[in-house]
Amino acid sequence: MIQSRRYKVFRFTMLVLVVLFLVLPIVWMVLAAFKTNVDIYDVAKTIAFMPTLENFTKVFAQGNFGAYIINSSVVALSATGASLVLGVPAAFAMSRFVMNKSALVVLMARVIPGISLLVPWYYIFSNLRLVGSLWVLILSHMFVSLPLIVYIMMGFFDGLPLEIEEAGLVDGLTHIGAFWHLMVPLSRGGMATAGILSFIFSWNNFMFALVLSGSSTKTLPVAIYDFIGYASIDWGALMAASTVVTVPIMVIALFTQRYIVAGLTAGATKG
Amino acid sequence: MTSVLTSRATRRDALSHWANKHRRWLFALPAMTFIVCLIAFPVVWTAWLSLTDASGSVRAESTFVGLKNYGDVLTDTHRFWPAVGRTVSFTVVVLFFEMLFGLGIALLLWRPFRGEKWVRIAILMPLVATPVAVGMMWRLIFDPSIGPVNRLLVAVGIPAQPWLAGEYTALPTTMFMDIWQWTPMVVLILLAGLTSLSDEPQEAARVDGASGWQTLRWITLPMLRPTLIVALLLRGIDALKTFDILIAAKGKGGGSFNEVETLNLYAYGLSFDYNEYALSSTVLILFFVIIVTCIFLLTRKREESAS
Repeated sequence: MIQSRRYKVFRFTMLVLVVLFLVLPIVWMVLAAFKTNVDIYDVAKTIAFMPTLENFTKVFAQGNFGAYIINSSVVALSATGASLVLGVPAAFAMSRFVMNKSALVVLMARVIPGISLLVPWYYIFSNLRLVGSLWVLILSHMFVSLPLIVYIMMGFFDGLPLEIEEAGLVDGLTHIGAFWHLMVPLSRGGMATAGILSFIFSWNNFMFALVLSGSSTKTLPVAIYDFIGYASIDWGALMAASTVVTVPIMVIALFTQRYIVAGLTAGATKG
Repeated sequence: MTSVLTSRATRRDALSHWANKHRRWLFALPAMTFIVCLIAFPVVWTAWLSLTDASGSVRAESTFVGLKNYGDVLTDTHRFWPAVGRTVSFTVVVLFFEMLFGLGIALLLWRPFRGEKWVRIAILMPLVATPVAVGMMWRLIFDPSIGPVNRLLVAVGIPAQPWLAGEYTALPTTMFMDIWQWTPMVVLILLAGLTSLSDEPQEAARVDGASGWQTLRWITLPMLRPTLIVALLLRGIDALKTFDILIAAKGKGGGSFNEVETLNLYAYGLSFDYNEYALSSTVLILFFVIIVTCIFLLTRKREESAS
């Protein structure tokens, strides 16, 4: 494409503005996390200030964030692992046998508002006295991750040629053997895509844990939310808490960019 | 001895044969069971609750009241209809700007350039950030007294605005937050769509002397239409269901005047602040009907444009 010089200048300027618009708020949050509350109020110390770790100490010592990091990790990893175990074979079957009705049920799960499930879940799980346990959180997060994984993996299996499986059968593998020894290793990329996205969505999920977690099983988003009590807001600590939650996920995203983009846009360009 | 071994072997063969023959259901059934138990069953239960007078405690008895709740909710002009209005206006406004900016940024990023990698990373950051943390971040940035936005405004001579704290400015401010976080999603989808387009029609148009703008308007955008509708659909569903940033920004009930209370927040409050399970279920069923209608209309549009 022939691009005029004017367009190039225009494009450069616009993109710089877009990047600044997207990144500056995050930078502001991280900077505030390293400021004392006095410095946050001080215009003169917007950029030049004496960084302090006081907020982070507060978040971990009084806010108990160490425990919540573990909760969030356990829930996100377990929900993702269990969803992969259930979802990958299901996606394979739905892709190979063109089970459109089943696929539609899975898709519905992405459409239904989570709250309409929360009321009955709360009913059931509080009668089973399970509310507040990590089990309930893992189950509820699988509601997000399982449909996501099935959806992404279906698209992936659709793209794998049938001949590979047939070659396995010729070589004496059973159908299940061909799936396990050929399709699963071949779909590692797809599983990475689905798994990373599922982890991120579970880590970020707020609504389910807000209702179903107890004081010792809080996940990180709920912990941040609880940070704003009725008293005045401790801005420094709040920004430190927000930084502790978001920055790890951003670092993961930085290294797995390709997978995340593939997963988020899965199926978007199919006819 | 040998007979025991062979019988065991045949049994294993038979099992393997059976498993392979029924692999379709063996593979799909565990996941389907999970989804049906955790989703279909609760949805049916929600529908049932909406016909009862369930409230107070989850262990309390409830009786069948027919469509009474629907009558109550649909005539509630104090909380229900304003929430419908906010849900619709929130969705329409954020979709409009997210599609507009998303398309613009996707077109800017379409052709390769130096530094592309860094722009793509910047685009990914809001998308993966935890929505509750994003809400808190904007609370500080839009804080009327210490937030940088008001300081900037005052510095250039514009009066300070109440933003999230104002009765009429709160909802637009949360819309802005949503646009910041989710425009990148539209960019990614449209960029995937643009890169999958064949170059030939656009080359042909250029050879015929079409300007860049004409090619975009008459060739590229019509070809991109199916992807535009997918982006609209995916974002639309999520925008209708927005919860995290609203409650992070304004707390339960969407603020003391319910400034940002959408249907989702209203249903949540009914269930978990007031324990009005039946009313909450009624709101949710009505909400669900709205969502499904929107999806139905959009997918029909998409099929029309595909054929």
